[in-house]
Amino acid sequence: MTLSQAVFYALGAAALLGFLSLVVLVLTWAERKALARIQMRMGPMRVGFHGALQPIADGIKLFTKEDILPSWADRRVYWLAPVAVFVPSLLLWVTLPLARDLVLRNLDMGLFYITAVSVLSVMGLIMAGWGSANKYAMLGGLRAAGQLVSYEIPFIMAILGVAMLAQSLDLRVVVDGQASYGYALVQPAGLFLFLTAGLAELGRTPFDIHHAESEVVGGPFVEYSGAHWAAFFLAEYLNTFTVAALTALLFLGGWGWPTMPLDGMAHSALSAAWLLAKAAAVVWLIFWIRGTFPRLRIDQLMSFGWKLLVPLSFLNIVATGVVLFYGLPLWTLTAVSLVLLAGTAYIVFKNPGTDMERDTVRVVPASELRRDAA
Amino acid sequence: MASPSLILFYIAAALVLGGALGVALTRNIVYAAFALLAAMLGVAGVFLLMFAEFLALVQVLIYGGAVVIVVLFSLMLTRIQDFVRLTDHSQWPLAAVTAAVVFCLLVAAALTTGARTVERQGVGFFELGESLFTRWAVPFEVASLVLLVALIGSIVLVRTGGDGD
Repeated sequence: MTLSQAVFYALGAAALLGFLSLVVLVLTWAERKALARIQMRMGPMRVGFHGALQPIADGIKLFTKEDILPSWADRRVYWLAPVAVFVPSLLLWVTLPLARDLVLRNLDMGLFYITAVSVLSVMGLIMAGWGSANKYAMLGGLRAAGQLVSYEIPFIMAILGVAMLAQSLDLRVVVDGQASYGYALVQPAGLFLFLTAGLAELGRTPFDIHHAESEVVGGPFVEYSGAHWAAFFLAEYLNTFTVAALTALLFLGGWGWPTMPLDGMAHSALSAAWLLAKAAAVVWLIFWIRGTFPRLRIDQLMSFGWKLLVPLSFLNIVATGVVLFYGLPLWTLTAVSLVLLAGTAYIVFKNPGTDMERDTVRVVPASELRRDAA
Repeated sequence: MASPSLILFYIAAALVLGGALGVALTRNIVYAAFALLAAMLGVAGVFLLMFAEFLALVQVLIYGGAVVIVVLFSLMLTRIQDFVRLTDHSQWPLAAVTAAVVFCLLVAAALTTGARTVERQGVGFFELGESLFTRWAVPFEVASLVLLVALIGSIVLVRTGGDGD
C-alpha cells in the first residue's frame, strides 16, 4: 500500500464517520418527530426550528453527564462492551456503497462480509449484560444473544436469496442486476424476511424484548450512563440506517432505479440521493412499525422465528434455486413468493394447529353482572 | 523497515497467542471465553494475510460469532457454583505434555513440507463453491449429516421425558 492510498483511506474513513454521525443525529430527531406525529403530539419543539437542534443539545447533555461504574461491575468488560457494540456496526460501512464510486472499498464478497461482521455485535451486548453485574442486565444480555442468534438464520438466508438472483456477492453487481426492476418484485417473501429479521436483529419494536422496559428495565444497558450509554444508542441508530440502506440496495434497486441519465460527479450525487430517499422510506416504515405494534412476548418471538421465518427462508431459497436452475421466467418466482407470503399470513392470523385458547378480555356490561349476582 | 503486511502479521499473531494464553491462564471462565474470541479473530487476521478472504470471513462468522456465543451462553446458563474446581489448573501437567507433543508435531510438519514461503494466491470464490458442490459434494454432505446427528442427539439428551414436553 502506497502512502497516497493510505491517505485516501484515512480521509475516506473520516468522511464516512462524519457522514454517519450526521445521519444518526438526524435519525434520533426524526424518530422522535415521527412517533410524535403518530401519537398526535408535537415532539421536540424548543431547540432550533421545530426542535432541529435537539440532537445536539442531547449530545451535550450526554457527554457532560457523570459516567457511573457500578461497584460490583467487572471494570474491563464493562468499559469494553460499548466499543464491542459500536465497532462492528461501523465496520459494516467499509463496503456499503452509497453510489457506484461512493464506497470506501468495494469487496467481491461484500454481502458475505456484511453477514460475518454483523454477527459480532452480539458479543458486545453479552459483555454489557455480564459486566454490569446486574440481574436485569444479565437477563437482557442473554435475551439479546438468543434472539440475535435465532434471527440471524432468516436474515442471512434472505441475503442469500438475493445473492442467488444476482449471481454475485458484490453489492455493485447486485444493484446492476436491478436496473429495470428491484428484486422486491421478484422475491416479495425475501423482502418480508429481510425486513422482519432485520428488525429483530436491530432489537426494535415489535422485537425489542432484550431491552423491554417493563420486563428487564433497560436490558444490557441498565447500568450505563453518559457517553457510554450514548455509544449503545448511536450503534442502534446506525444499525437501523444500515438495515434500511441494505434493504434499498438489495431489494429496492439501490441507486440505479428508477433512472440514471447522468455520469461523473453528478452520477454519484444523484445515486446517493436515490439511495438515501429509499433508505429514508424504509426508516420511516421502521418508525411507523414502532409507533403501531405492541411488543411480542419472548415465547412468541422464538416460535415466530424458528417455526415460521426459518422454514419460510428455506422455502424461499429452494424456490429461487428451482426457478434459476430450470430457467423458468422470473414471474413464476414472484407468484411462488406471494403464495409463501399468503401462507405465512394465514399461519400468523389463523393460528392453526394450536389448541391454545386466545387470551381475550370480554367487556361485560354492569347490568349483566348485577343480574348474575341476583 | 518492515513491510506493512509483516507488521499486520505480528499484530494478528500477538492477538492469537495472547488470546490463547488468556484462555489457558485466566481463572475467570468468562474471561477465558472472551480471550477465545480474541484468538479466533486473530486467526481470521492470519487467514486474511494469506489471501484466504473466504476462510477469514467464515472464521469470523462461525467461530467469532456462533461458537463463542454458544460457549458464553452455556457458561451463563450453568450454575457456576456447582463447578468451583473447574479452573483450579489441576490438569496442567497433562495439558503441558499434550501441548508439547502437538507443538513438536507441527514444527516437524512445517520443517518437512519444504514450503517455507506462501505464494500469494487466493482461491477464487467461484472455484471454491464449484469444487465444494461437485468434487467434494460427498464429504460436504457427510459433514452436514454429522451436524444433524449432533443436533438430534442434543435434543434427545436434554429431553426430560414425559408426554407433554
